[in-house]
Amino acid sequence: MNTTPLTDVHEALGARMTDFAGTRMPLQYASGIAHEHTAVREGVGVFDVSHMAELRIGGPGALDALRTALLNDAKKLRVGRAHYTMIPNDHGGLIDDAYVYRLTEQDYLLVANAANRGAAYERLAAVAAEVPGANVADVSDEWALLALQGPGAALLLDRRVAADLTAVRKNDTLPTEFDDRPIRLARTGYTGEDGFELFVRPDDAVFVWNELLAEGAEPCGLGARDTLRLEAGFPLFGHELTGDTDPRCTPFSWVVKDKPFAGRDGWPEVPECGRRLVGLRLEARGIPRQGYRVLRRDGTPIGTVTSGTVSPLTRDAIGFAWVDADAAEVGTEIAVEIRGQATPAVVAEIPFYRP
Amino acid sequence: MNIPEDRNYAATHEWASEPQDGIVTVGISDFAQDQLGDVVFVELPEVGAAVDAGDAVAVVESVKTASDIYAPLTGTVEEVNDDLEAAPERINEDPYGAGWLFRLRVEGDDGRDELLDADAYRSVCEEEA
Repeated sequence: MNTTPLTDVHEALGARMTDFAGTRMPLQYASGIAHEHTAVREGVGVFDVSHMAELRIGGPGALDALRTALLNDAKKLRVGRAHYTMIPNDHGGLIDDAYVYRLTEQDYLLVANAANRGAAYERLAAVAAEVPGANVADVSDEWALLALQGPGAALLLDRRVAADLTAVRKNDTLPTEFDDRPIRLARTGYTGEDGFELFVRPDDAVFVWNELLAEGAEPCGLGARDTLRLEAGFPLFGHELTGDTDPRCTPFSWVVKDKPFAGRDGWPEVPECGRRLVGLRLEARGIPRQGYRVLRRDGTPIGTVTSGTVSPLTRDAIGFAWVDADAAEVGTEIAVEIRGQATPAVVAEIPFYRP
Repeated sequence: MNIPEDRNYAATHEWASEPQDGIVTVGISDFAQDQLGDVVFVELPEVGAAVDAGDAVAVVESVKTASDIYAPLTGTVEEVNDDLEAAPERINEDPYGAGWLFRLRVEGDDGRDELLDADAYRSVCEEEA
């Protein structure tokens, strides 16, 4: 199993560890998921997300390669900007979702899910091989990645980094220093809250992590990362999005820009959305879980829950589900089958939470 | 690991108190609540239901997962801990006290011989930890 530069530190902090996509990662620390979740919503938390994959796309053909390999249009990215994107496959589905950062004129960084590191690299490399002057490298092992998230993140970080954070807007990225250590900073994250991601050298990871804790950041694990992203209405690949997902049938259809892309021939011209991805909220006691059936109020099955939890903040039982297209409108009365019982639910607007 | 010696345990991590006037209190162990994490939802059996030892009779859900609770003994559900609906975190805070789940009326062969004492249950936990 893989480790991160911080695995030993997590264990020393008393984290409950789990195997996530082949890496030994903290699920939660001693104070628990609800405490960590609340810390990010009301204060500041820090996550080790060094398991994520990083690909570097460079050369005069880098932009062309990215425009071909990705659904969002990297042409829109100025130097020092980042956006959410997806990697399409050849049969109308996805290889992964990702974040792409434009570092310099001809140099981009793509952050993909750990589980899809190989597949994302192979796809980008295959596309780049067809584009003159584009090269792709897997640089995952050259970076540790820390996510500092919460309304207190900027104030905390401002004490330690060289950059003027008031000039760093959401989705901006720039090289700077944490004390005297070189880092790449980005005002991005996966919690729905203000925050930053710090790409640090593996040798500096323990130092930066410990300093962030000393400055008051709460260590947070993958459990809170999941409840936070769900509350914020962000999809998780392998749950909401898969190899069969046409993103045009999801709330994230805005990612798909009108341009050619690799694999387009295998995609229907017009999306065939028999089912749509929606948010849902239970109207009675219970918790929706992945795999539970979604029903009409008359009991007819119309879909499946892809993620679900109880919001540690509001106590609302919330989730994502794929449901028949005619039941996808916000406000539609549906039900979730929980242990054989049809529990009333309603199609709900996402995000479930706004800062 | 807190494992009081004044009660018996099932290998599935429920505890059963000694009967008082034929009534046994049931809950989950400290080890179980720690493994589950923050408990956010509890589904309890119907009062009056007849249950057999080993039946799945309740559900305790944490943020991450749902876990079945099995009746440690055979009997009739006499009372359930309604306070847990509003305050499921009591299971984390006080698993052997205020976090109790339900009470069973037992008589005759209720299956207690199959349950573990504190020492035997400690071995179960150490194997799983």
